[in-house]
Amino acid sequence: MSFKPKTLAAGIAFALAAPCHAQAADSADLAQIRSEIKQMQQSYEARIASLEARLKQAETDVKQAASQAREAVATAAQPAPARGGDNINAFNPGISLILSGLYSNLSHDPANYQITGFHLPSSVLGDIRPQRGFSLGESELGISANVDQLFYGNLNFAIHPDNTVSTEEAFIQTTALPQGLTLKAGRFFSGIGYLNAQHAHTWDFVDAPLAYQAFLGGQFNNDGVQLRWLAPTDTYLEIGAEAGRGANYPGTGRDKNGAGATALYAHIGGDVGTSNSWLAGLSLLATSPQDRQWDDVDAAGAGVTNGFTGNSKLWIADGVWKWAPNGNAHDTNFKLQGEYLRRVEDGSLVFDTATAATPGTYSATQSGWYVQGVYQFAPYWRAGLRTERLDSGNVDYGVNNANLLRPDYAPVRNAMMVDYNPSEFSRIRLQLAQDKSRQGVSDNQIFLQYQMSLGAHGAHQF
Amino acid sequence: MSNRLLKFVFSAALGSFAVPAFAALNIFACEPEWGALAHELGGDKVDVYNATNAFQDPHHVQAKPSLLARARNADMVVCTGSQLEIGWLPILLRQTGNPKIQPGKPGYFEASGYVRMLEVPSSVDRSLGDVHPGGNPHIQTDPRNIGMVADAMAKRLAEIDPANRAYYQSNYKSFAGRWQAAIVKWEKEAAPLRGMPIVVHHKAFIYLENWLGLNELAALEPKPGVEPSSGHLSEVLAQLQRQPAKAVIRAAYNDGRGSEWLAERAKIPVVVVPFTVGGSERAKDLFGLFDDTVQRLLSALK
Repeated sequence: MSFKPKTLAAGIAFALAAPCHAQAADSADLAQIRSEIKQMQQSYEARIASLEARLKQAETDVKQAASQAREAVATAAQPAPARGGDNINAFNPGISLILSGLYSNLSHDPANYQITGFHLPSSVLGDIRPQRGFSLGESELGISANVDQLFYGNLNFAIHPDNTVSTEEAFIQTTALPQGLTLKAGRFFSGIGYLNAQHAHTWDFVDAPLAYQAFLGGQFNNDGVQLRWLAPTDTYLEIGAEAGRGANYPGTGRDKNGAGATALYAHIGGDVGTSNSWLAGLSLLATSPQDRQWDDVDAAGAGVTNGFTGNSKLWIADGVWKWAPNGNAHDTNFKLQGEYLRRVEDGSLVFDTATAATPGTYSATQSGWYVQGVYQFAPYWRAGLRTERLDSGNVDYGVNNANLLRPDYAPVRNAMMVDYNPSEFSRIRLQLAQDKSRQGVSDNQIFLQYQMSLGAHGAHQF
Repeated sequence: MSNRLLKFVFSAALGSFAVPAFAALNIFACEPEWGALAHELGGDKVDVYNATNAFQDPHHVQAKPSLLARARNADMVVCTGSQLEIGWLPILLRQTGNPKIQPGKPGYFEASGYVRMLEVPSSVDRSLGDVHPGGNPHIQTDPRNIGMVADAMAKRLAEIDPANRAYYQSNYKSFAGRWQAAIVKWEKEAAPLRGMPIVVHHKAFIYLENWLGLNELAALEPKPGVEPSSGHLSEVLAQLQRQPAKAVIRAAYNDGRGSEWLAERAKIPVVVVPFTVGGSERAKDLFGLFDDTVQRLLSALK
């Protein structure tokens, strides 16, 4: 091997060096030197031979070890009996943890945050109001597993920045109903729209679209039942119906038999070639809020609290288009998404519930939309733009028209983001936005956010 | 007249939704190699839908509407398993409302359950990259694995569709015979490849290496599923100065920049193997897949 050239080189060096030395010495010395050289030569040759033998042996050993290891791996990997044996934890559900943190820099104090022209209860405003400085973003703990041969169960806790924990979802779902039917019961995000059923950590922007904040308080979850049917067609067609308590905005808490919220939706979707996929839907959410209160300022500039009781119908049209070359979204892809929300409410309104308590009628038709595009321009890197607008529409307070203002203002927000995703499980995002939700206030916002996913592998939802 | 018009409108409406044929067994194949195998064994008794193509990274697929619609009507899903499809298959199955293809049912078939898994980690941690607790899932790069899966799949087809048991069995016999002969041929052709030092893009070729005796020196991905970084590529290049390789190997769906960069500097060829059926012109079926793979590897030795 590589030893041989070295042996040769050593030999030549020796041969050259030896005569030089020899000329300077007498013949007796010469004989002695010769015999010494011979001894050295012999000893070197013996040592080199032994080294070569050892090397050869080592090489065979390595080869043997490698083949033994391969065999060992192969045997170990025989379709093995399920590991765990008598481990009582073997049936523990899958646990996934989302850790999220946020730094927000807002040019305006969010204390008086509101969406002008939209009557949001103070609890909802508390949820959607941005915070300045460092905060714990919405971290989540999810636990899920099959219950048995018929059911699947899932629980999701959301850990909020203010140190409270809420139950986002806690539902069971059938896995064995035939004919494309799935029944879900418990607390779950409603299937209306495109974004509503998706958890916050899968959103492409830090915050929910303005229209979702104004009409759904960010995201609508419900305690109730949901029935979904997938049509037996090659084109995707899904129809869903829900009935539930409807305790969350736009509904209100209630103590009544029957359902306080019903929802109906249909989604249709498919592929265009191998590079494009799409999904479009139409949804209706009907709730019947009882004395839904909000804080407002009356015509005289005084703070009042009003209450609405009646019917609320929210329509959502949604559409998503995704492009990835040859369907391979790994390197580059593009996603275009938009939703239009329109809410019609009518019923009765009590003006200034605390003192005057003037009853009257109420009817309002309001709408809003957002459009966003997110482009993954390189592995790990995505950039996105979102533009959105609300229309406070026609609001009729009946006899209270004289008491309440009806501002002619269209809230607008524009945002851009860049995020870096070093793996499927981590994301760091920068978002810049100009928020004109409040009349007369243009809030320039900078958000820096991380979202990390630990434990059970997340789902690649469309 | 109005009757005909009605008929036309009705059939047009139905046609737009293309109700699938009822006679054949609907097979939903997660990857094209299993679709091709189902086709070999099921012949005209099965209707195969491939959920992904050779240019898609099977780790990164979404539960998109078209896949949900196809899984809804499937009598059987045939997938690799070993968590290759962990990101999208569980959610797909949960949303289809199709009890036939749920895990544990005969209609749920995982190929990795029937072969000897390699690179089974003794412990897993996400800091190690995209590792699979059940072992390296890219089992289809060794044709002997496909032979073992074929046996299991034929039995499963017969279990689901007992009326055609004899048909599947005879198809399997015919396939197994041709496959065995082909393996002998490929092994003979590939004899010069034994000991060939290679660099791979993703650690996706362990079964191929094990079969043909290739010697993997390094991977371009610093960790499985992590894109090659310039720092890591330089390290691999330095390693190749000491320990030369004959070729850089990548799958059809891998981005080519990393392997091109290295190949140019190390003065070795890049071999783009089809990796699955449809990954190259010649890889039209399973036989073509290995014909082409072996030929492409041999061409790197010239």
